Amino acid sequence: MTSAAAAGSPVDGILATATIVLSLVLAVWALVAAVRDRPPDRVQFAGLAVLELGLLALAVAALVALGGGERPGEPGAFFGYLVTLVCLPPLAWVLARMEPTRWGSAIICAICLVTPIVVVRLQQTWAVLGG
Amino acid sequence: MVETQVSRRATNSGPGRLLIAVYLLFAIAATSRAGLQIATRFDEAPVAYLLSALAALIYIVAAVGLARAGHAGRRVALACCSVELVGVVGVGVLSLVDADLFPDETVWSQFGSGYGYVPLVLPVLGLFWLWRTRPTAP
Repeated sequence: MTSAAAAGSPVDGILATATIVLSLVLAVWALVAAVRDRPPDRVQFAGLAVLELGLLALAVAALVALGGGERPGEPGAFFGYLVTLVCLPPLAWVLARMEPTRWGSAIICAICLVTPIVVVRLQQTWAVLGG
Repeated sequence: MVETQVSRRATNSGPGRLLIAVYLLFAIAATSRAGLQIATRFDEAPVAYLLSALAALIYIVAAVGLARAGHAGRRVALACCSVELVGVVGVGVLSLVDADLFPDETVWSQFGSGYGYVPLVLPVLGLFWLWRTRPTAP
C-alpha cells in the first residue's frame, strides 16, 4: 500500500530494520537474564548503547531528508515519535542502573519491545501521504 | 531510611520499578497523542481528546505516586489505578455500545486494544502491587 512512498522514505531501510532486529534480540537476551534472576549485564548496556547510536543515525537520516526538501506525511506525529524514539534507550539505561536486580533486566526487555513498535509507527507517519 | 523494613515494602523498587517504567512509557505515549490531537484537530472529537489528556495525566500522576513510595504516594497511586481501571473498562464498554461517542481513538477505546490491552492490565497490576507491598499493622 505504501510501497511507492516507502521507497523514498529515509526511515525505512537497512538501518531501520537493523535497529528493529537489534532491539528484539536485546529484548530476548534481557528476558533470559530476568528469568535466570540476573541483573542487567554488560551485554545489555552495550546493546542499549549500540541501539541508541542506530536510532540517532536514523534521526540524522530523517533530518537530512527534511533538509533536502522531503516532508513526512504526518509531521507532528512523526517528530513526536522521533523524539520519543531516541529517548527510549537512555530511559532504559537509567532505570536499569537504578535497579541492579532481575527487574532491571525486565525493564530493558520491556523498553526493547516498545522500541520496534515506535520505529514502525515512525515509518507509517512518514509514508502516510503516499499510501 | 530504615533499610530492611522499608525496602521490602517500598513500591518503587524491584517489580515496582518495572511497573513505573511501563507507566512512564504510557505517560509519554498518551501525553504526546493527546497533545497532538488537541493542538491539531480538537474540534473533530473534543470528548475523546480531553479523555486522552485525562488518561495521560493519570499515568503521569500514578508513576509519580509509585515512585515517591511513602503513604501519600501509595494513596495517590491507589486513586490513579482505581480511576484508570474504571476508565478503561467504562470507556471500553461505551466504545463498543456506542461507537459515535468516541469518533476517534483514545488510549482506552476498545479496552486499550490499540496498545495491546496493556492499559487494561496495567491498573490491575498496579493495584496488585500496592496490595502486595501494603504496610503491615504497626
